[in-house]
Amino acid sequence: MSTESIAWPSTTAASPSFVDRLHEWIVTVDHKRLGILYIVYALIFLVIGGVEATVMRIQLIRPHNDFVSPEVFNRMFTMHGTTMIFFVAMPVLFGFANYLIPLMIGARDMAFPRLNAFGFWMTAFGGLLLYFSLVGANGLYGAGNAPDVGWFAYAPLTSQTFSVGHSTDFWTLALLVSGFGSISTAINIVATILCLRCPGMTLAKMPLFAWLNFVMAGLVILAVSPLTAAQIMLLLDRYLGAHFFDTQAGGSAVIWMHFFWIFGHPEVYVLVLPAFAFASEIIPVFSRKAIFGYPVMVGATVAIGFISMSVWAHHMFTVGMGANVNTFFVISTMAIAVPTGIKIFNWLATIWGGKIEFKTPMLFCIAFLFQFLIAGLTGVMMSAAPFDWQLGNSYFVVAHFHYVIVGGILFTLFAAFYYWFPKMSGKMYSEPLGKLHFWLFLIGFHLTFDFMHVPGLLGMPRRIYTYEPGRGWDTWNLIVTIGVFFQTAGILAFLGNLLWSYYRGKAAGSDPWDAWTLEWSTNSPPPAYNFAVIPTVKSRRPLWDLKHPDDPDWKYE
Amino acid sequence: MTTTSLTLSRTEPEWRLPGRGRIGMSALIVAEAAIFTIFVVAYLFYIGQSLSGPTPREVLSPPYFYTFCLLSSSLTIHFASRSLRRSNLRSFGAWWLLTITLGAIFLYGTASEWHRLIYTDGLTISTNLFGTTYYSLVGLHGFHVVVGLVCLSTVMVFALFGAVKQGHAERIDVLSLYWHFVDAVWIVVFTVVYVIGR
Repeated sequence: MSTESIAWPSTTAASPSFVDRLHEWIVTVDHKRLGILYIVYALIFLVIGGVEATVMRIQLIRPHNDFVSPEVFNRMFTMHGTTMIFFVAMPVLFGFANYLIPLMIGARDMAFPRLNAFGFWMTAFGGLLLYFSLVGANGLYGAGNAPDVGWFAYAPLTSQTFSVGHSTDFWTLALLVSGFGSISTAINIVATILCLRCPGMTLAKMPLFAWLNFVMAGLVILAVSPLTAAQIMLLLDRYLGAHFFDTQAGGSAVIWMHFFWIFGHPEVYVLVLPAFAFASEIIPVFSRKAIFGYPVMVGATVAIGFISMSVWAHHMFTVGMGANVNTFFVISTMAIAVPTGIKIFNWLATIWGGKIEFKTPMLFCIAFLFQFLIAGLTGVMMSAAPFDWQLGNSYFVVAHFHYVIVGGILFTLFAAFYYWFPKMSGKMYSEPLGKLHFWLFLIGFHLTFDFMHVPGLLGMPRRIYTYEPGRGWDTWNLIVTIGVFFQTAGILAFLGNLLWSYYRGKAAGSDPWDAWTLEWSTNSPPPAYNFAVIPTVKSRRPLWDLKHPDDPDWKYE
Repeated sequence: MTTTSLTLSRTEPEWRLPGRGRIGMSALIVAEAAIFTIFVVAYLFYIGQSLSGPTPREVLSPPYFYTFCLLSSSLTIHFASRSLRRSNLRSFGAWWLLTITLGAIFLYGTASEWHRLIYTDGLTISTNLFGTTYYSLVGLHGFHVVVGLVCLSTVMVFALFGAVKQGHAERIDVLSLYWHFVDAVWIVVFTVVYVIGR
């Protein structure tokens, strides 16, 4: 007995058992651990959502293919869209925000650490609910099936009449539950930024990363809540016989569209603002210049936040809303391109004349600049209602929003992974593998999504499980599918790089990029308390001031 | 480095940021307001769209007394938190209990209205669009009153055991922010359901 009790503590001190370590991760309220949980969780779902996309592309590789049935195809595009938006993009961006915001503003944790853990576990539970539909959708007495109503789940397809079983309910509940998680995380981000900044860091001296995520959190609060309300209404319709979206009883199917897209369009900006945040931190460091036009960047961000709340109905031009409503949404949609364009010019001006270092994060950011520009241009094309009438619901639309989400958001996300990997893991990633990932993914992305515009222009509608030969779509679809294999290879190089570098990479040190924001002033990985002494800052680039006491930034700001 | 930070603290004003409780609750209130907005929009959009009866004019009458109770509870919770800030614990407990009572009376009012509508007038959530929007909007508000009452009662239990002290005044203020919000939403719901909707 006594020998046991002596031996026990010494072994735990050496290396805690697997169960202990698991327990530590599950009960953690540390913003860094929760950030990593978010990121790892999102990476798992990225693979799942990627497999679903690959299944669809294999089905469409040639006309009259029968790789999967039409029913399975419907489930694939529904699950792909829902997974990628709610269980990949949002969690991974929240993960980075969680990990980096307290470090960047010189705080020891988020404002509400336990609420933070609640937010993560709600999101995680939401994802599990969505995929539990695969076994539970028929009520556990037989093979279930996944939701198949499309990621925006238009009424009346979601009514009991057309969606029998529980697959739609799992979809609704998954979004409702993860929505609570998202809202609580957003509240946490707002409170952290407003209440926990270190001495000297006024709002005007905050890193742009914090500013963009602050506006993002505001948008989550304003945009995810309507989705929550709409999901409650849908549940009332399905379970209590309410008539919100029941046209037979005078309800309206169009109001679902409004409620969904008043969430859905700000959601795009919820995803893209953190992408801008990554670019705004990475581009200056690898250009060796301070960001160009900081106040204008902040102003443009806030402007995007405001305008994005009034553009949602451009998803509905084909519904027939009338000339006045259409005109309003055409103008507001075109207007939002202006602050976005300002940002592009500011990033270009940051690079201009800089001493550019073409490391992997910078490569991804440069590709992002070009691709996001094209994505924005096709967006402006489709903001014109008559053009949208022609191409609404075609593959042109699919190509456009994948250009935004993959070409814009995913590329900066990869940049962020490589840029902050040394901070999070303490190890340096492999630069050759990173470059391999970049080129494979760049080629794959352009093969898939450049050429996807063409069948759209030729009239190929989205969400069809197969098509007739001889319409001129065959070759394009073949090229699009070939691109997927390059992208898959790129993702494998990426995941391989993360794993290999985590175990075998060489130590990175606290500041491998000679960067300027506070997270690089602490150890890699940072200790649980982040900073031994809470820093005091005098400019937007506190580490520059520290490294160059002869020529500090605060003399010029 | 140390000398610069010393001069900084001498020349610049003390570094003060807003309290996280107040900011967090305000952000939650904005999120809740967005949820209510969607339900209010649905209510307004569906006014007069029901294909069958009963109509709001036939079955609804404005609950003036219960509205008075709920709105005055905003005043009593304000007095409660003021008493706490002055460390007058006895008076705090009394005002707090009065707030809970007023909230409970309001909830009773909603319950009796629903009972009458369901059993006398035959209006349920599936009867028509009026029933759908009425029960969901008023129900959502009622749900928030219930949540508020649970929070208030928790504080009451702590107060009875003597665990609520002057030092908790900031937290009590944060909770009363939520309660004020619940009351303010009722003004909107009342206007939409009993004034515009009839």
